Amino acid sequence: MKRLAMPLLALILLLLPLLLPNSYYYDLVIRMAINAVIVLGLNLLIGFAGQISLGHAGFFGIGAYASAVLPTHFGWHPLAAMAAGALATALLAALVAKPIFRLHGHYLAMATLGLGIIIAIVIRNEGMYTGGPDGMPVPPLEIFGYEISGERNWYWVFAANLLLSVWLCRNLMDSPFGRALRALHGSEVAAQVVGVDLARYKMAIFVFSAFFASIMGSLSAHYIGFVTPNVADFFHSIELVTMVVVGGMASVFGSLVGAVLLTALPQALVSFDGWETVAFGAILMLFMIFLPRGLVPTLAARFGRGE
Amino acid sequence: MAQFLQFLFSGVTVGAGYALAALGFTLIYNASNVINFAQGEFIMLGGVVMVIFIHAGLPLPVALALAIVLPAGVGILIEKLAIQPAKGADVVSLIIITIGASLLIRGLVQIWFGKGTHGLEPFSGHAPISVGGASLQPQSLWVLGVTALVVVALWLFFSRTVIGKAIRATSCNPLAAQLVGIDIQRVLLISYALSAALGAVGGILLTPLTMTSYDVGIMLGLKGFVAAVVGGLGSGLGAVIGGLLVGVIEAMSAGYLSSAYKDAVPFVLIFVILFFMPRGLMGAKVTERV
Amino acid sequence: MALLEVAGLNKAFGGVLAVQDVSFAVESGLVYSVIGPNGAGKTTLFNLITGIYEPTSGDIRFDGRSIVGQPPHRLAGLGIARTFQNLQVCMNMSARENVMVGAHLALDRNLIKGMLRWPALRRRDSALREEAAALMRYVGLDGYVGSAAGAMPYGALKRLEIARALAAKPRLLFLDEPAAGLNPKETGEIDELIRRIADQGITVVLVEHDMKMVMNISDRILVLDYGKKLAEGSAAEVRANPDVIAAYLGASHG
Repeated sequence: MKRLAMPLLALILLLLPLLLPNSYYYDLVIRMAINAVIVLGLNLLIGFAGQISLGHAGFFGIGAYASAVLPTHFGWHPLAAMAAGALATALLAALVAKPIFRLHGHYLAMATLGLGIIIAIVIRNEGMYTGGPDGMPVPPLEIFGYEISGERNWYWVFAANLLLSVWLCRNLMDSPFGRALRALHGSEVAAQVVGVDLARYKMAIFVFSAFFASIMGSLSAHYIGFVTPNVADFFHSIELVTMVVVGGMASVFGSLVGAVLLTALPQALVSFDGWETVAFGAILMLFMIFLPRGLVPTLAARFGRGE
Repeated sequence: MAQFLQFLFSGVTVGAGYALAALGFTLIYNASNVINFAQGEFIMLGGVVMVIFIHAGLPLPVALALAIVLPAGVGILIEKLAIQPAKGADVVSLIIITIGASLLIRGLVQIWFGKGTHGLEPFSGHAPISVGGASLQPQSLWVLGVTALVVVALWLFFSRTVIGKAIRATSCNPLAAQLVGIDIQRVLLISYALSAALGAVGGILLTPLTMTSYDVGIMLGLKGFVAAVVGGLGSGLGAVIGGLLVGVIEAMSAGYLSSAYKDAVPFVLIFVILFFMPRGLMGAKVTERV
Repeated sequence: MALLEVAGLNKAFGGVLAVQDVSFAVESGLVYSVIGPNGAGKTTLFNLITGIYEPTSGDIRFDGRSIVGQPPHRLAGLGIARTFQNLQVCMNMSARENVMVGAHLALDRNLIKGMLRWPALRRRDSALREEAAALMRYVGLDGYVGSAAGAMPYGALKRLEIARALAAKPRLLFLDEPAAGLNPKETGEIDELIRRIADQGITVVLVEHDMKMVMNISDRILVLDYGKKLAEGSAAEVRANPDVIAAYLGASHG
């Protein structure tokens, strides 16, 4: 089963366009793919390494606004802007990781939350560059002179991105680094005595997942063509965490499931903001109480497993 | 000088609100090791419920009582329906559950109450009092006075009454408390109810000054948490000092540095504290037994 | 020069002196046991030497070099491994993976190479899978090679920790109450396992309550009482020591 997973995913992504009747559905699937990749990265941190980040949307926001601001105001090429955004995000994550990961549980949660909020406030306030609360348009992404536009083209970009990300994450979890990470989650003391430098590993995975989020922020900004500060907001961070929780902590395919389900949900609740908040709140509570491992691991356990 | 006093007054006033929120966090943290993210929503509920009942024409004392009791009831509901069923879950899971609860409450209020901002009449009029060239709102005196009373009442409750001592015993060692016959479940329910009531009182007191709406809870709650951490998570005195400190620093920064970044100040502050003094001003040291 | 030297070690937790002025030396290749009543400071001593607690004062030397203040993950790199009294098994992983993680430092832990399925890394990992299985068989866990850690019984988990510690190919192995909670038959098996490990040339230091096992396999014994060193010597010497008899062996054990 495990060996078939990647080819199966590739097949699904290849054939999916045949089922999509119009732009609306292309857009929906693209948003699912975007969220899936962010959630993959976040799940590495939350599910596999057992840490928490309540401010991940901030990293997404940095990437998104880097791709908006640098080309618009400073004439940078979009790819350079994306790289700069990702690098800045990685540096920021590295800077705050060292002190933050000395903390545990709620302190860590609050520190990441605080970081996300500070980023969102900065984006809102520096209106001269960012367009403030109203947001700003994003120039299109061009690679080798070819401009990517239209849902159908973007679909292939994001499908390839998703496939690559899934492949990279699965490999990582199977590698010595990934094992060390999971061991860290299982028992920090045990991990320490076999030589795992806890601080370094936590920082590495935090930076890595922040990097992922930033790249997706940039790509997403180019796709939508517009950015607003609420992409960096606390609620967006919570949406991402909910996707991890629902789909399955420490499960690569759980991340996909969570992203798919919870990207579709707001579409069904388009009419009323309040209901979206209520729904996410209720889902978070119900899942953490009754299905804390998430959908995919719970179902996998039902059908028996050893190794 | 007048300007300094002005900032000081507004800082201490809102700081008192943070202090009440911080006390709520501390109470629940001590009773159950949970950081209740929904604490901010209790503050919001206090203000919102008060507004609803005043506008409905109910007499002030009745509205006041309801605005404290109803949020307390919500606190009890959260404990019963969210925390209790998740018994034994790890810290992060519980945090996520309380975030879910806060979203639920906020969303329901948003649907039912709408997105508008509402105010209340100040308790003793609008006429500002002049102190050293700065103007002090009478409502501020209410906030500070009532908060001080509440703090004293809490102190008496915890040191003099049986229930208060039972709560303290539970927070020290739940198992031992159970073994001497303390009903842990009741202690938890009381803690959540009390914590919610504290938040609600803060909300009621502040609304005449800062207005209320469905989403004031987030920021107030988070800042209240910052205050609790600054003061030292688990310390009641720390919560009060932390609250006042955060309020004053926020007001001073907004006044002298940049008002646009006012909301960011408490979060920068929490980084400073977490980096340099993670146990806060009055927190206790913990060693893990291996 | 002894492999491990402890000199004047002190540890205070607030006002409580858990370990007071303890000094001893462990020669390479020996089985060295630390015994004493509950609360005597044995596990604290272990935690001090393996870097989990920091001493209030005193020196600890491994291979002649001071290791005081070094965090546990550095000590792993020097060749020190340990098991825990309160099991510290990663229940979120399979049994084999728990053992594999023991060899953590011997592997290429690069994040990028891991993501890209670097061939050399994959090959080494495959080899490690086999080594881990062999180690599990060595400690007597033949039937559990394919299990999830969470599915294993207590006695098996204790051995799993030993397998994990051995995966690092340590020079010095600390076993914290390896026989705790085991029945006589299982204890005999652990006894025999420790002998096999010592025969390989690994220096073993153990904390144990089971006197029969301790007297059986120890080359030297350190007796602690209220955090202080009460006696040290061969099994016969310790057995005959009147202070030890008074404080500890008076109540019959095994």
